[in-house]
Amino acid sequence: MVFEKIREIIASQLGKDEDEITLETNVKDDLDADSLDVFQIINDIEDEFEVSIEDPESIVTVKDIVDFVENNK
Amino acid sequence: MLKGKNVIVTGAAKGIGKAIALAFAKEGCNIVLNYHSHLDEETVKEIEACGVVCKPVQGDVSDFAFAADMIKEVKKELGSIDVLVNNAGITKDMLLMRMTEEQFDDVINTNLKGTFNMIRHVSNVMLKQRSGAIINMASVVGINGNIGQANYAASKAGIIGLTKSTAKELASRGITCNAIAPGFVETDMTAVLKEDVQNAILSAIPLKRAGKVEDIARSAVFLAENDYITGQVLNVDGGMVM
Repeated sequence: MVFEKIREIIASQLGKDEDEITLETNVKDDLDADSLDVFQIINDIEDEFEVSIEDPESIVTVKDIVDFVENNK
Repeated sequence: MLKGKNVIVTGAAKGIGKAIALAFAKEGCNIVLNYHSHLDEETVKEIEACGVVCKPVQGDVSDFAFAADMIKEVKKELGSIDVLVNNAGITKDMLLMRMTEEQFDDVINTNLKGTFNMIRHVSNVMLKQRSGAIINMASVVGINGNIGQANYAASKAGIIGLTKSTAKELASRGITCNAIAPGFVETDMTAVLKEDVQNAILSAIPLKRAGKVEDIARSAVFLAENDYITGQVLNVDGGMVM
């Protein structure tokens, strides 16, 4: 559930197909996201799940985001 | 081209801000009119007479949370934010050696931090839209400095740096950010100057007249229309600074 929503947010921000995104996907390298994209994804995820991601640098893969949300929501 | 766009103007109750709000209304833009202390009901009517929406929002842009709430509310109500004009500004003039900490802080907080607060919160919206124009009110004083205005000059010079950084950060998403540097403009802010001071300023203007608020307003409309200008400071000063 969390993964599906996060995948939807990332795909929508980056204009990608949801099928391209798995837990192992590296947001910056595999999806060509620049820093602005990453911050926008983080903003959207914070709003969606009402969490606060204090250390955006810790986010590398989609799994990092899913774990963070599940541990903090 | 600007018809139907949503425009926020801060400090829009009078002077340059009011003229800018009216100029955009005449182009068919909906206006969010931010003001701090008092708003003349007539101003709202004048804007609505252009056949556009006018939404007054009272509050202090130097308050980070207020800026966030205003942007959120406008986005929710109007759907998009196409143009932000950061016009709210104050002066508290005093020679440097007598300037209080409070006089310095107040001017920096409203002029510079207020501009930052608005840009900070509107950028989320504009990034998502992948479009937008931000126009900040600087001043020739921010370029040349001025006796008795160390605080004001510092705030306006700060706005120029903020403008250029914002332009660079947001350019990849089609968002422009520019500053207007008015010279000597006939407003309440300059009406308090002594006559000999006013005359001295006028003699330093090659075009030999004070600026009108409409001169500044037209420039703001121009910058909002042109999406191939960013990171610039447009001097609208009768040639005062070249």
